[in-house]
Amino acid sequence: MVFAARTSVLRAARAQFAPARAAFTLNQSALARLLSTLAVLEQRDGKLQSSSLSAISAALRLGGPVTAFVAGNGVKATSAAEAAQYKGVEKVVAVESEAYEKGLPENYAPLLVENIKKGEYTHIVGGHSAFGKSLLPRVAALLDVQQISDITSIESEDTFIRPIYAGNAILTVQSTDPIKVITVRGTAFQDAEATGGNAEITEGVDPQAPAQTEWVSEELAKSERPDLATAGRVVSGGRGLKSKEEFDRIMVPLADSLGAAIGASRAAVDSGFADNSLQVGQTGKNVAPQLYLSVGISGAIQHLAGMKDSKVIAAINKDPDAPIFQVADVGLVGDLFEKVPELTEKVKSA
Amino acid sequence: MTSGLRILVPIKRVIDYAIKPRINKTQTGVETANVKHSLNPFDELSVEEAVRLRERKGPLKVDNILALSAGGPKCADTLRTAMAMGADRAFHIDVPDSNDGGLEPLTVAKMLRGVVEKENINLVLLGKQAIDGDQGQTGQMLAGLLGWPQATQASKVEIKDEAGTVEVTHEVDGGVETLRAKLPMVITTDLRLNEPRYASLPNIMKAKKKPLEKKTLADFGVEDKKRLKTLKVTEPPARQGGGKVEDVDGLISKLKELGAL
Repeated sequence: MVFAARTSVLRAARAQFAPARAAFTLNQSALARLLSTLAVLEQRDGKLQSSSLSAISAALRLGGPVTAFVAGNGVKATSAAEAAQYKGVEKVVAVESEAYEKGLPENYAPLLVENIKKGEYTHIVGGHSAFGKSLLPRVAALLDVQQISDITSIESEDTFIRPIYAGNAILTVQSTDPIKVITVRGTAFQDAEATGGNAEITEGVDPQAPAQTEWVSEELAKSERPDLATAGRVVSGGRGLKSKEEFDRIMVPLADSLGAAIGASRAAVDSGFADNSLQVGQTGKNVAPQLYLSVGISGAIQHLAGMKDSKVIAAINKDPDAPIFQVADVGLVGDLFEKVPELTEKVKSA
Repeated sequence: MTSGLRILVPIKRVIDYAIKPRINKTQTGVETANVKHSLNPFDELSVEEAVRLRERKGPLKVDNILALSAGGPKCADTLRTAMAMGADRAFHIDVPDSNDGGLEPLTVAKMLRGVVEKENINLVLLGKQAIDGDQGQTGQMLAGLLGWPQATQASKVEIKDEAGTVEVTHEVDGGVETLRAKLPMVITTDLRLNEPRYASLPNIMKAKKKPLEKKTLADFGVEDKKRLKTLKVTEPPARQGGGKVEDVDGLISKLKELGAL
């Protein structure tokens, strides 16, 4: 019954969309020759950052020729050469200058705009990382186009899917702008191959806009563990861990035994158990690992927003009614101070 | 030239963060009627920071804090909340209510540029994103349009001297970074910036007497032109819980079965 109804609704909807789709296909084939994408890559000290992978993956999925863009200190021999290896990238535009090393949007945005105009790209794609989030809206405004943020899927050259309301709704949106400026969610675009390519590296234009901000310093949390945003396994701790000492005592060995990255809920971060950069959720990082193991996390919607695309979710919590159990593939009700060390031991000896 | 801080704090009325939004039947947006709305949490932080800049009595005095919101008539309540927290005056930009997240960020940024120029603003404090559209663009777009420096996702803001040097510590992937710039400037706020205050009853009463001016987009030379077309809004694919296990061994064998270990 339910099935039948659903099919008929689908059919009706399809019939309704059919004419529009036919028109679109035509449109697309006409545009296919003109479509050309610039993937904006993030680099630090000559190394491409993980957000670059998603920018390239998404750019390749758009279908047209892909040019990669990278700027910074002596990048041609380092990050540009690395980008040239990506399969499917046709060209790398590189701008070597100390001025762009820190990726400050005040001079990086005019730099990009000049190169976009020169290359006549129709699509500009960057990762939805701190770098992309800060830079690309500024670029979009300078180009007078409305950016599409944090997309998780590409429907066609002008239609994209993105989560809104902390992932509680999925928006399909069509852009009417001549240039599409897009940031992409890293966890949704990971399939670019970092080898097998042989792109030509060319010199970009450098408008040398003045830097209005001065980079003073940075403090990065040092970690030997896999990067949270791209790790295959993530173990995440919440308020249930009670203190920073307990967080470290319980979560670190667990992460080590699984070769996992450590994440945290907002409650854990706000209580000082873990560093801000480890926060998973609407206002923190989005992760989609093979395994997400949540420990002492109730599962507020803001937290679920950041992890519900994980392949397998496991939860350990003492409250059997915690909302996390509604999304967990496997749940264990119990005291985390007993269960987690037991789990750590058993995983280690397995 | 900088004698004091003239701060603009744009705020947005959104569905309360604790409410799980429901998609409407026509799949054009989420249900907004009879749903609790509040001040966007990140905007609360920017109002709070503006008020604290005044209270800190730094090298630059705060001359004025202007709160602004664009939307339907109920935005006025949100603006009263901001004034009860300490904003001096408010602009309500009258825009019809809609269920697709309201004005696009580029439109808002253009409108704010108009306000900045007319009201001689030298510091704009915005939230890093609104929790309905989750776009995170308006501040950066505004800074780009004005040609001003920007600092996004600020966790600490310090006015260093009378010349208007500002140091902002902001959150980046993997840690924090500190930037220095000169006013005028655009700053967007992150959760760690401060702990917003509750408006006290006397302040709520006082806020009713503070000036709230009604304006239109046209006053700032902007029209509501949509660049993005909402084709549909749907529910995310539901995740089904896989049930519970009795003990750690059960957990391990289930994870192996699912291929996660």
